[in-house]
Amino acid sequence: MKKINILLADDDDDDRLFFSEAIEQLGLSVSLKWVVNGAELLDYLKTPNIQLPELIFLDLNMPIKGGIESLIEIRSTDYLKHLSVAIYSTSSAEQDIEESLIHGANIYIRKPSDFDELKAILNKVITTNHQYHSSDLSKENFMMVI
Amino acid sequence: MKLVLGYQVDVLAKKVVEKELTKIGVSYKYHNSSQIELLEELPCPVFQKLKRNLEEYGIHIKETQQEQLIQKIKDTVSEIVHDDHYYSFKISSILSDKLNLSYGYIASTFSEHTLNTLENYIMLQKIERAKVMILSDEYSLTEIAYKLNYSSVGHLSNQFKKITGLTSTSFLRIMRRRNLLYNKINNG
Repeated sequence: MKKINILLADDDDDDRLFFSEAIEQLGLSVSLKWVVNGAELLDYLKTPNIQLPELIFLDLNMPIKGGIESLIEIRSTDYLKHLSVAIYSTSSAEQDIEESLIHGANIYIRKPSDFDELKAILNKVITTNHQYHSSDLSKENFMMVI
Repeated sequence: MKLVLGYQVDVLAKKVVEKELTKIGVSYKYHNSSQIELLEELPCPVFQKLKRNLEEYGIHIKETQQEQLIQKIKDTVSEIVHDDHYYSFKISSILSDKLNLSYGYIASTFSEHTLNTLENYIMLQKIERAKVMILSDEYSLTEIAYKLNYSSVGHLSNQFKKITGLTSTSFLRIMRRRNLLYNKINNG
């Protein structure tokens, strides 16, 4: 099985550590890269000749460039608009969820505080997204709240 | 003037393959002219494009039997889910008939080589078809449940919620607002 490239944009050190440990323990063949805000994310995505990630996890509240702003930029850039984006946030406010999905997020994850729960969520999100990625399923209507 | 040409097929093949791989921007390891290792998984449409591009040079990507079978299973599931004639039959028995293999074998091969179970994949395909029907505004949820062979509207609603985390009503509302927003952006 080839590696699944995943990119995480989150400004919180602890959250990034929590996330990467959960990914490591899943036993999936994943290569994880992270950045600390939306500006760094877009810079990275716009680097010439990089392999674009299969899935981007995006925190909502980040300094310099936040999640929604980054999402809007991804969706309005021709060679990035097809990428799968998962918003990864502590907010479970209905309004944040709807706004994220309306602006083109495929997945909205309410950050859990329990480690095993996080593992289960990440497993479901990565494997489901992989089905869209590796089949002829259209990503246009791909929407998931977890 | 007549030119007499001699070829070093290996060099030729290497050049062509490298050119095509660079074009799609994938990193790879060139083992020899018949074996190249891609270091990342390619999205399905990109893989199909690479396959077509190489075929122009008479180069074929040999897929393993397992990969061919997985693709065939996916195609067949999609065909069944999109064909209303099959609505009253069990997908497992149609799959087994069409591929001439036992359902147990089909299902175990599928889960061994993808990150999902076949049951889950079929559920996903059905919900995707339901989404398209919901968005078309031509069918009631009851009609959709009937067409996709769910035992009741409740069963469809539950599965929709289980897979997407949303009710079908929220899904429709969000998609409409998203399309409005996208139209606004595209029209300046």
